[in-house]
Amino acid sequence: MDLFIEQTVSGIASGAIYACLALAVVMIYQAIDHFNFAQGEMAMFSTYIAWWMIDPTAGLGLPFIVAFFACIAVSFIGGAAIERIVFAPIANAPVLSHIIVFIALFSIFNSLAGFLFDFTPKQFMTPFTHDPLIEGIVSYHRAGMVLVTLVMLALIYVFFRYTPVGLAMRAAAAAPDSARLVGINVGMMLSLGWGLAAAVGAVAGMLIAPITFLTPDMMLGTLLYGFAGAVVGGLTSPFGAVVGGFLVGIVENLMGTFVVGSQLKLTVALVLIIVVLLVKPAGLFGRVVVKRV
Amino acid sequence: MSLLEVKGIKAYYGQIEALHGISFALAEGEITAVLGANGAGKTTTLRAICGMVRTTGQVMLEGENVVGMSTEKIVARHKIAHVPEGRGTFTRVTTEENLRLGAFTRRDKEIEQDYERVYHYFPRLKERRSQQAGTLSGGEQQMLAIGRALMLRPRIMLLDEPSFGLAPIITEELFRILAQINREERVSMLVVEQNANLAINISTTAYLLETGEVAMSGPAKDIMNDEQVRKSYLGY
Amino acid sequence: MTTTSMPGPMPAFLNENPKDRVRLLGVRLPLLERVLLWIMVVALCAAPLFADGYTVYEFGKVLMYALAVLGLNLLTGFNGQFSLGHSAFFAVGAYSTAIMMEMLGMPYWTTIVPAAAICFLSGFLFGLPALRLEGLFLALATFALAIATPQLLKFEGFDIGDGEHILSIAAITGGVQGKGLDTPYPPEWLNSIWLAATGDDLSVDRWKYMFTLIVVAIMFWGAWNLVHSRTGRALIAIRDNPLSAKTMGINTAIFKSAAFGVSAMYTGVAGSLFAIMDEYLAPESFTFAEAIKFLVGGVVGGIASLFGALFGGWFVLEIPNLADLMASSLADFINNPQGLTGLIYGLFLIFTVYVMPMGAAGLVQILVRKVADKG
Repeated sequence: MDLFIEQTVSGIASGAIYACLALAVVMIYQAIDHFNFAQGEMAMFSTYIAWWMIDPTAGLGLPFIVAFFACIAVSFIGGAAIERIVFAPIANAPVLSHIIVFIALFSIFNSLAGFLFDFTPKQFMTPFTHDPLIEGIVSYHRAGMVLVTLVMLALIYVFFRYTPVGLAMRAAAAAPDSARLVGINVGMMLSLGWGLAAAVGAVAGMLIAPITFLTPDMMLGTLLYGFAGAVVGGLTSPFGAVVGGFLVGIVENLMGTFVVGSQLKLTVALVLIIVVLLVKPAGLFGRVVVKRV
Repeated sequence: MSLLEVKGIKAYYGQIEALHGISFALAEGEITAVLGANGAGKTTTLRAICGMVRTTGQVMLEGENVVGMSTEKIVARHKIAHVPEGRGTFTRVTTEENLRLGAFTRRDKEIEQDYERVYHYFPRLKERRSQQAGTLSGGEQQMLAIGRALMLRPRIMLLDEPSFGLAPIITEELFRILAQINREERVSMLVVEQNANLAINISTTAYLLETGEVAMSGPAKDIMNDEQVRKSYLGY
Repeated sequence: MTTTSMPGPMPAFLNENPKDRVRLLGVRLPLLERVLLWIMVVALCAAPLFADGYTVYEFGKVLMYALAVLGLNLLTGFNGQFSLGHSAFFAVGAYSTAIMMEMLGMPYWTTIVPAAAICFLSGFLFGLPALRLEGLFLALATFALAIATPQLLKFEGFDIGDGEHILSIAAITGGVQGKGLDTPYPPEWLNSIWLAATGDDLSVDRWKYMFTLIVVAIMFWGAWNLVHSRTGRALIAIRDNPLSAKTMGINTAIFKSAAFGVSAMYTGVAGSLFAIMDEYLAPESFTFAEAIKFLVGGVVGGIASLFGALFGGWFVLEIPNLADLMASSLADFINNPQGLTGLIYGLFLIFTVYVMPMGAAGLVQILVRKVADKG
């Protein structure tokens, strides 16, 4: 029973990361009806930038908290820029072209990280410590992961629900033509959405790096769990994505410990994605979008 | 100078030319009706004015040619509110949030007051202010769409088939309110309608479109009394 | 405007019936294309005689990659479905061959046909559920497949106590340590001929190339026939208008899954060749990075084209060489040249999407058409 509780709590902690990625995935999906396959690599690259800002020998030697927020800002701008420069010109191109460009970005960010910062694993510091908060179950850092995630999600929720820009972004994503008719610059809303998604991804990266060590392949499996979380929660519901992320974290940990061993966790995610998409494509909280054939 | 003047516009969907050179003017303070059968190009005309479709020719708003300008810029700059066909309400936000969005381009402090003005014309919306817009009835959504347009404090309102899918008793009330808005708010209106009777009754001038061209134009009363028109479009 | 199972309009190149291409190009061009084809065939056959062993071996890898890319092309270009997970089927082919050679003692050349069958089956079985998902969602499912594969290959089984495991995949794949294969020596009769003709033994490298050439040529010929057959036309019909195809009595689901199976089979046979040529397999060769390479080869070469697959295969293998070249000439500024390859892949992908959506094959076609117009 202890093991069960321990793994569940641990699952909530890793679920926090998946929730962040799931949210980023859903935010972009809501805006452009596409999956950002490069979301994980962008988050990883952001984390490298943060590392560089912190590292005294190779980089700027800034204090963690400064680097943390600077990285978020840089990621926001970078995400918005990528949307304007890379995706806006092909907005009307077929799905295939978009997928290809996402994979291109995946490859570019993955390689660029190794190219600029080399491929050896790096340590990434945490403002919390790795000391145990509750002995044997959760460390300060893991608790901190959940806390930071929840705070960030709360901020985003407030932004979308209660600010005019947040409302405009929701409108632009839901009905772009109508949005233009009230004077909303839909293109700019898209960029903002991308920027926010990139910022959320950056936070996720900075939270997970202390555990996995910073390498260019750090986010590969994590992104898959993020997608699983988004699918389980419902691709049209940001709230669902977050819940889905936490659920996937818990399920992954429990299955890993009690059923399949840690080596099949990714396969579990694969199966989860396919099964949910086939059986209940709306996920837990989403709506089914009928694609007209 | 007319508020809105359209000169020889052609509009294209891909390679297909949908409007073949249309010209008309909207006089200030008036309601103008654009009539015609399905596919005559009425909706395309409104879209061309707002930059939603590829257009050549001239669309003069307050003397400025806005052809090629982005929709959002046209809307913001010239205070032109377009109530599209199908209402275009944001179904997943509340009624009042829809109104708030209508005022998106405004920077003044009277937005809250304007909610009350909209509710003055459409009391039913006030009851439903916190409801999700998608749960409103067809007639209420049409009212909301018009209310949202009002929030822009527009000089010109374009309405695309406001009667579509609504029961006659509702459309009569709607058009009565439209006439009221035109009088009290001094909003000039361009109303596109298949239901010619409704539109002509509140309009000063009318244009009849046929396959992308202006077939007839003149004072609304004359159009209404024209025998050809009566037979083809008014049903008697 | 034809509707498809993917949201959004299809790009022009995917709307073309490849058979139409030959008709459209007028009288002269089938001749030109055929001449080019024969030149290429002669060059490929003559290579082992003139080039040194290592170059020939590299040629062989190009052919192998071309075959893998062809698998993807068959799926995407002719059937409109998209897979980011063909690295998984590449692995299935490779490990099938390895396992048959090691555990069943089969000679390498006998493993090709069974491996092809296994890959077809695995593609078909994956396709049955997966192809009920449309465009983007299928891409997601195959993306997940690609990422899950390396871990799956290393799976050490369910722990039943005392350090014992059941259903271990690592036991047959060699897990992290990898798996070695026996060297594929050339047949004695061929060696005698070669010895008599050139005075040297036929080197293993040259033989690997020849073997690969034979297999790849047969597979390409098969693909050509498939495309121009009634089945091929049915596949294109399904791609362009699945609803109409259904009303014409074509069992869409089976066809689509079979198409996926064929596509997996092609990439899988390439995997078998990979195993035979490299004589060593490790799970790290079958990551998502491999799937990216196939994608690059397909897109840059021209995703609806058989010839594009050849160009794509060559392209994918040239880039690392190019990257090395750049790295050595800019050695002062570059610390980590390995990163350069992926960077170049990504940039070319974007370039192709923007500038040459039909890939190199499309470019050739345009040039060839211009020549015809002038004449």
